[in-house]
Amino acid sequence: MTPTLTISRLTKRFGEVKALKAVSLTLEAGRRAALLGHNGAGKSTLMKIVLGLIPYDSGDVTVCGMAPGSSAARAQVAYLPENAAFHPALTGEEQLRHYLALRGENPKQAMALLARVGLEKAGHRRIGTYSKGMRQRVGLAQTLIGRPGLLVLDEPTSGLDPVSRRDFYDLLDGLAAEGTAILLSSHVLTEVEARTDRILILSGGELVAEGTLADLRARAALPVSLLVRPTSNRTPSLTAAFPQAVASGDGLLRLSCAQAQKLPLLARIAALGGDVADLDVIPPSLEDIYSHFSRRDGQ
Amino acid sequence: MKRILAIAISEFRIAFRNRWVSIATGMMVLFALVLAAAGAAPTGDVGVDRLSVTVASLTSLAVYLVPLLALLMSFDGVAGEVERGTLPLLLTYPVSRLHILLGKLLAHLVILSLAVTLGYGSAALVAIWSDAEAIRGLGSLLRLIWSSVLLGATFLGAGYALSALARRPSGAAGFAIALWLVAVVLYDLALLALIVSYGGGAFTTQALPVALLANPADAFRVFNLSAAEAVAAAGGIGGAAGAIPLWQSAASLFVWPLAAIALAVTAFRKVTP
Repeated sequence: MTPTLTISRLTKRFGEVKALKAVSLTLEAGRRAALLGHNGAGKSTLMKIVLGLIPYDSGDVTVCGMAPGSSAARAQVAYLPENAAFHPALTGEEQLRHYLALRGENPKQAMALLARVGLEKAGHRRIGTYSKGMRQRVGLAQTLIGRPGLLVLDEPTSGLDPVSRRDFYDLLDGLAAEGTAILLSSHVLTEVEARTDRILILSGGELVAEGTLADLRARAALPVSLLVRPTSNRTPSLTAAFPQAVASGDGLLRLSCAQAQKLPLLARIAALGGDVADLDVIPPSLEDIYSHFSRRDGQ
Repeated sequence: MKRILAIAISEFRIAFRNRWVSIATGMMVLFALVLAAAGAAPTGDVGVDRLSVTVASLTSLAVYLVPLLALLMSFDGVAGEVERGTLPLLLTYPVSRLHILLGKLLAHLVILSLAVTLGYGSAALVAIWSDAEAIRGLGSLLRLIWSSVLLGATFLGAGYALSALARRPSGAAGFAIALWLVAVVLYDLALLALIVSYGGGAFTTQALPVALLANPADAFRVFNLSAAEAVAAAGGIGGAAGAIPLWQSAASLFVWPLAAIALAVTAFRKVTP
């Protein structure tokens, strides 16, 4: 089966600045990929190229087997911009009827689509009166029109509360199960962790890491932290046993070690018996992993 | 076609909500009625019915008002979408930029047609009410209506082109006012000044007709005045209308909207969201 989205050695310059440097990726039908990166890492540029909104300098991009931005490709691709904006004078329903008509679908589905994103009660109000989260949901509703082959979502959950955020990812799960490939961007790794199949980290226009969260965790090989609470008055003997330990303000000692050293270190701490009151093992956080990859080029 | 219609319906709705429909219609009706009342004086002249006289005055009104209304409706066309941030999403839909502009044009033309029909129509009613003979001038009224729509189409196209070039509504508004001043006011003043300096020379017989045809507003005036044979009632620049064959001013009226739309599409294609 041919992938829904294929990008190979894509390069884009804005004047002197290289926004994308030889980025390659593929996305198969029904897969969800999260594009992570700082502001200015090239996420939006990559998405706009996939949508055919801006030209690129070199490389190859095919969307559903077609050139990005061709009318056949646009018929297959749905997009949610970073800050979904609509004309404030139209109601939610009118706006969706408009989008349905532009896709050649029956405008009568408008209310049903609004109901899918929980906006059925606000459908007859003007979008000018909507909150940011509600506008974002109108934006989401228009991506559900027809059955898009590829869904491109630019920071889709900004402005959504945690509950709507979960509903949103549930909707995406449903779409992916029907075969839609999903490319979404975010700068919050914790959020996309459980809800995407693959994570792509862009930094300074380069794809610096790609894989599942487990892959990235293994590749980063960040040290594990151990927090040790000594029993009262036993701190000196513990610092003598572990001279590398760093004392933190609240009487805790922080130790760190590579993954492979974790169990031997635990065994040594356990051997101290009564000197240790408590122990916590803290694996590298998602933010640590993300920072590790996205800062590699000295940003 | 369906997509052009979808864009047009949305645009019309937005214009309706923004009171553009009522502002445009109200303006045309008000000015037309004032003219109908003021234009009552020359009635009873040599065999010209009252409506034909009214049409001649309405022509002078339309030359100023129709381009103004068209530019006011269109200057926001592309720049407004850019500013609101609605353009990127719209451009990812399977609809071409030409279709987007044609949809907007269709909606704005419907509004303009409505405004001129109601405006001129109310002036015509006044004329017919006070002079039953005026019914003979109905033909020239119809001609004035459709030629006003063509004149409007030219300035709508020009407005979209300026909107796409400026990319910001404030800049586009400035361009639109400048275009209106130059095309409708200064152009004629310059021609008048040249006529005064070179009165009766080669300029008046050869360059002037070309200069009049080259400006859509003047072509519109010349077309309506010479078609209605009401040149005498108009005077001014319109006095030159007799020298230009009717087909030439008609051709100018039909070619200008196409040129303006082509310009607008070219400018719009250069806008990267």
